[in-house]
Amino acid sequence: MPPPVPPIRCAALTKRYADVVAVAELDLTVNVRECFGLLGPNGAGKTTTIEILEGLTAPDRGEVEILGMRWTGGANSRALRERLGIQLQDTQLAEKLTVEETVRLFRSFYRAAHSVEEVLGLVALEEKRTAWVGKLSGGQKQRLAVACALVSRPELLFLDEPTTGLDPQSRRQLWDVIGRFRAAGGTVLLTTHYMEEAERLCDRVAIMDHGKVIALGTPRSLIASLGAEHVVEFALTDGATRAPSPSELAALPGVRAVRPGVDRTALTVAEVHRAVPALLGLLERRGAELSLLATHHATLEDVFVSLTGRQLRDA
Amino acid sequence: MRDHPLVQLTLARMREFYREPEAIFWVFGFPIVLAFALGIAFRNRGPGELRVAVLGGAGDSTVAAALARAPGLTAAVLDSGEARLQLRTGRIALLVVPGDPVVYRYDSTRTESRLARLEADAVVQRARGRVDPARVADQRVNEPGSRYIDFLIPGLLGMNLMGSGLWGVGFSVVQARTKKLLKRFMATPMRRSHYLLSFILSRLVFLFVEVAALVGFGWWMFAVGVRGSFGAVAFITVLGALSFAGLGMLVASRARTIEAVSGLMNLVMLPMWILSGTFFSYARFPDAMQPFVKALPLTALNDALRAVMIDGSRLGELGAPLGIVTAWGVVSFVVALQIFRWR
Repeated sequence: MPPPVPPIRCAALTKRYADVVAVAELDLTVNVRECFGLLGPNGAGKTTTIEILEGLTAPDRGEVEILGMRWTGGANSRALRERLGIQLQDTQLAEKLTVEETVRLFRSFYRAAHSVEEVLGLVALEEKRTAWVGKLSGGQKQRLAVACALVSRPELLFLDEPTTGLDPQSRRQLWDVIGRFRAAGGTVLLTTHYMEEAERLCDRVAIMDHGKVIALGTPRSLIASLGAEHVVEFALTDGATRAPSPSELAALPGVRAVRPGVDRTALTVAEVHRAVPALLGLLERRGAELSLLATHHATLEDVFVSLTGRQLRDA
Repeated sequence: MRDHPLVQLTLARMREFYREPEAIFWVFGFPIVLAFALGIAFRNRGPGELRVAVLGGAGDSTVAAALARAPGLTAAVLDSGEARLQLRTGRIALLVVPGDPVVYRYDSTRTESRLARLEADAVVQRARGRVDPARVADQRVNEPGSRYIDFLIPGLLGMNLMGSGLWGVGFSVVQARTKKLLKRFMATPMRRSHYLLSFILSRLVFLFVEVAALVGFGWWMFAVGVRGSFGAVAFITVLGALSFAGLGMLVASRARTIEAVSGLMNLVMLPMWILSGTFFSYARFPDAMQPFVKALPLTALNDALRAVMIDGSRLGELGAPLGIVTAWGVVSFVVALQIFRWR
């Protein structure tokens, strides 16, 4: 039996807008039944990448293969679109149509489609069936957008920032929808700038910055690449005068890396139980007073910061 | 059948339209309000009764009584201050000062005043014994189709076809583009031709309501009839609607914002509102402008509609205007397809 064709494969993808390089020499392979996440701050090139893969934007250079096919236009591209489900970042569906009418409209474009009942069941919107789109909450609108993507019974689902701007409960509801799609054997490519979303949903993630992939792997392996599993953050009341230097901090037992920040310093730490008492001892000897001390398990966010030196949100 | 993309797209178009109360008013209500207001304001009542006054003094009541007996005149006796005021403000058309000579005081630049002078003078002369040597008889003509409202209704119909074609298509397309809905459709296997055709189809459905409402209102309120065949009117309105839908598509083909497309629409429509003879005949414009005016699609459409509705022309006689309407539609549509921005 030949190995299955990867649903997404692209090589040396490049796209520039005026003088900005949006995507630079990007290589990517997404395997069957995988949930793959493109992570990065705004402007990293995630949306450009996903829209090139979706055949909506033509790359300047590079090759794209989706489900073993290329975007050649005409009937060939239409046949490929029959097998994809796509949710775009800022589509505003017609406000004066009902949920059911909207799904029925999108359904009519596909040969083999879910029934309206089935797809509303998938995204748990049965109760809103006769409501106007304009009357839905943000989370419900987003689930409807995903419903319009799922209605084609896709083999491959593209989601561009599906949960941006949603409250935690709506976000979890969408995660459930994606989980059910995967359980049924689908492949997913999603973009997000929420690291916890990527950790929770994705088998593999590619961290993007300035149009390039700067790290690729499972969330666990990327976090492990920090060499330590915890992050200790602290801040001092009277600023820099009595603050220990980075080299002093790096010499503390269990500390693997030091990242001075604007309002706080972060230490990547292997053993919290050894590092924290040592840190407190050092600060006391210097006569410095803590205004903040926090520890958390290392996240993909910390991976991004250690790779770029910038926070995701203000990057 | 019901789940054919063309049917679903057309249904979506129609729902979005009729769920927008403002759109309903502008397309259906506004032309009727306009027809009503203009029909009332410019109804053909002729000069009607002319009011004349006799200056108070010796013999005033005899003269006033003679004047009042004349058909088309009403007369009153006024003192000099009141008479001057009413003459100045146009309440009376003529002031008769009895005496020898009888003096007529009036504004000779006012048509009504000159008419009143002729009528009043005939009464005065006959009262003094003049005998008219010739026998005359009046035959009044009041032919349907000669009133202002008969001229107006076909023009409003044409203007409405232009407005709803341009707004209906142009606005929706640009709105779908700014909301990234167009791009979302491009991410499905939907055929582009289905998308564009759905606009044409929904226009045709609403067209029947639009035309029936305006023509029906004109007939019911002002007895404006259709002298030619209804089939010919239907053919011309469908052709006009398609042509303006094509023009709407062209106007909307590149615009990225609602503001941009609104500006373009007004740029396209404004000259036609003024020049194309909707409210008054375009024959009033200088000869040098006539070829340009006649080449406008709304002029051609109005001409064709009036020819059928007022003069009872047959379609075969309307080759030139219908050719112009068709050419505008076809050229606009072809160009629009070439330059259309699909995302």
